[in-house]
Amino acid sequence: MIDPAEIAAFRFGTGLPLGQGAPRNPRAMLALLAGLDAGLALWPAPPPQEVLDLHARCAAGRRLARGTPPRSAERKAFVLLVKEVLAQQTLFLKLQIARAIDSPDGFRERLVRFWGDHFTTLARLRDHRGLTASRFDHAIRPHVGGRFIDLLQAAELHPSMLLALDQMASVGPNSRIGQRKGLGLNENLAREMMELHTLGVGTGYSQDDVRQLAELLTGLGVREGEGLAFTPGRVEPGAEIVLGQSYAGEGLAPILQVMADLARRPETARHLARKLAVHFLSDTPDEGLVDRMATAYLDADTAMRPMLRVLLTDPSALRPPLRKARQPFDFLVASLRALGVTGAEVMALGPKPFRRMIREPLAVMGQDWDAPRGPDGWPENAESWITPQGLAARIGWAMDVPGRLRRETGLPPAEQVLAQGLGTLTATQGGDGLPLPALIRRAETPREAVGIVLASPVFNRR
Amino acid sequence: MADLTRRLFLRGAAAGVLGCSAAAHPWLTTVTLAQGAPGFGDHRLVVVILRGAMDGMDALRPVGDPLFAALRPNLAQSGGPGLPLDGFFELHPRLAGLAPLWTAEELAFVHATSTPYRNKRSHFDGQDILEAGTGLDVPQTEVRDGWLNRMLQVVPGMQAETAYAIGREALPLLAGGAPVRSWVPEQRLALSPQARLLLEQVYHDDDLFREAATEAMDLADEMQMEDLAKALMQAEETDMAAPVTGMMTAPAPGRRLADLDRLAGFAADRLRGESRIAAFSISGWDTHRKQAAALAPSLSGLEHLLLKLRADLGTVWDRTAVLCMTEFGRTAAENGSQGTDHGTGGAMVMAGGALRGGRVLGNWPGLEEAALFDRRDLMPTSDVRAWAAWVMRAMFGLDRAVLESAVFPGLQMGDDPRLLR
Repeated sequence: MIDPAEIAAFRFGTGLPLGQGAPRNPRAMLALLAGLDAGLALWPAPPPQEVLDLHARCAAGRRLARGTPPRSAERKAFVLLVKEVLAQQTLFLKLQIARAIDSPDGFRERLVRFWGDHFTTLARLRDHRGLTASRFDHAIRPHVGGRFIDLLQAAELHPSMLLALDQMASVGPNSRIGQRKGLGLNENLAREMMELHTLGVGTGYSQDDVRQLAELLTGLGVREGEGLAFTPGRVEPGAEIVLGQSYAGEGLAPILQVMADLARRPETARHLARKLAVHFLSDTPDEGLVDRMATAYLDADTAMRPMLRVLLTDPSALRPPLRKARQPFDFLVASLRALGVTGAEVMALGPKPFRRMIREPLAVMGQDWDAPRGPDGWPENAESWITPQGLAARIGWAMDVPGRLRRETGLPPAEQVLAQGLGTLTATQGGDGLPLPALIRRAETPREAVGIVLASPVFNRR
Repeated sequence: MADLTRRLFLRGAAAGVLGCSAAAHPWLTTVTLAQGAPGFGDHRLVVVILRGAMDGMDALRPVGDPLFAALRPNLAQSGGPGLPLDGFFELHPRLAGLAPLWTAEELAFVHATSTPYRNKRSHFDGQDILEAGTGLDVPQTEVRDGWLNRMLQVVPGMQAETAYAIGREALPLLAGGAPVRSWVPEQRLALSPQARLLLEQVYHDDDLFREAATEAMDLADEMQMEDLAKALMQAEETDMAAPVTGMMTAPAPGRRLADLDRLAGFAADRLRGESRIAAFSISGWDTHRKQAAALAPSLSGLEHLLLKLRADLGTVWDRTAVLCMTEFGRTAAENGSQGTDHGTGGAMVMAGGALRGGRVLGNWPGLEEAALFDRRDLMPTSDVRAWAAWVMRAMFGLDRAVLESAVFPGLQMGDDPRLLR
């Protein structure tokens, strides 16, 4: 009765309906991931140079405005530049939603956000927000179907990461510049690289390893308008020893090498495998499955598709119950798809409607876009999302926004939203009460009937 | 009357606390209030979590230690001379406004104290232990509820609905089994009675949704959506107008103090009434670089908060203790970017008319390299949970055995520091 393809779409994709070219089983999902990026082809991203240029202009505007009186021409010019950056950030969000709606390759879209969250970078200044948002498309997206080594290197060396984790403030104390200006190390990037991005907290590295890695990372920085820059004058001289391995040499080579070595550690394999299983399958995943995923990753020299194959082809992968909660972004995307809203319609929303109907509701549901509380990203467990306030926001959106979004085309009947958005999964409702199709017939208005479908537990679980 | 006060807070809050809601407010989090059983007595406890690891050695400077100045060439005297306390410690100049409390013996500190969290120096795990109050011998997955919550469960006669929280971020302090109300006063929700009825049926068989939904729908009537939407727009415009001075995503100092005022005013209002416990957190303590500039506004905020609580609590202040705790301290030496990195031993700030203050408590371990934890951090000489436990014992009459097993599993409280008057 329950179609396993629809469970796969809930767990690993962007929900229902299964459109043209959508994969109907895990093998097809993995095949799409091995191919070209369909989402990016539909909705291309602004080029990296455009993002870097705006960031540089905004930083220059900030310097000009500093120290000038209130309402000065410089300040006004700077405010306009900040608005441009925020608009760029919004564009990246819109593109992410449009691709999640339109692309048949929903698994890839989910992976882009998963790894974007794994490599969370918090914008210190509003000037950085375009750059921060761009990491999804420029650093993460090209590698989600490839090797973790490449993903790790691209993410760590993206300017938004270097800015967010203070790498600009880390200078080898015995380097030429460190000696002349009396500057020293900042351990932030080194610590998060081991704690959050690779090995995982409490996995046997020491404070000394953090410090050695921080010394090894000196020289990395960001140059406005250019992005990643390497400054030999900031490099701590001599070899560093990280996890018993010695690293020496010039330029980026030893830095890329230490990242490759970290990516190949068994601790990293388990950390990533567990995190993927928790995100896609269960808040309490089967440890045997995690072990098999980790082994597949190590056997494939950090290529991620074999690990994902183990996850997707596990017998539990297409089996109910669906116990995780859709995160607010996924809830919104799935709702828009169930309502038949297209990517083009989302792209065409003006700033104010987009803010009122998408951006602010996301924040009130607890997932202000790309702004988690800390560098460890968003929480996974269902209890973190289905809180009184989070659920109130979902109910409010479900009751109110579909009618506004569909003012011109007309709100689809609740039965249609139910069929498109839940398919055979309607049957997973459970309990002794009236089934969902019977309940929505009792609603007083079409608007509330649609709201009940979208606010229902079955629609909000995955 | 209670509902009226709550609504007033929401209206007032709309302009400030919610002002930055479009971009998550980085400074203020939730307020959790507990009220309850007759056994609770007449004391008031305020718990403030200083998120991000406050540098205890800068807030409370050990100027009497001969090694202090050398370890911190840029920080030891930043901001000018501090307030001398006991000849050994000096208060950071941005806390000097607390001098009247010190003189009145309503202010105390604990130095070189820490959670049992060691070595990893991760904010998230450190905060978790502080809020959960468990030792490392207990698996995290098994003890997830907070220490305050566990205390609520062992106080006899505690009523069902004891606390609620306001704000966006979750504070796991009260995340255990005792009923807690928790909500953000931001979302729009206008349900017809029939829609509400149908939703109740839809949620009936899913425990997680059923429990969240009952409260979610209860909140609907209290929302003042028009006001909130308007305040949101205004705040965003103000936000745009003053971006140049902003370090990180901090609100302007004036607005931050106004937010703290509102927070303290609301907590004090409730504590003057039936509430006996208030808990919330303040961010802005993670000072990896340029600490002199980064820490000053946070300390000013803390000073402001304590003074405002004292003023607003009026006569109740005499029965109040405020405990300000942080997940861990920072490195003994300053780093290469004129900041400090994650460390171990830190400081705790206590204030309130119920305290036997005017003291700096704890044993000073010294700053010689061999005396440091890992040759790097201030050595913790006490468990920060023990101080909180003694305050709870004195305030609410809890058994020592209950505190050491149920409230703080694995804690050894040691000798009574006799913290209350």
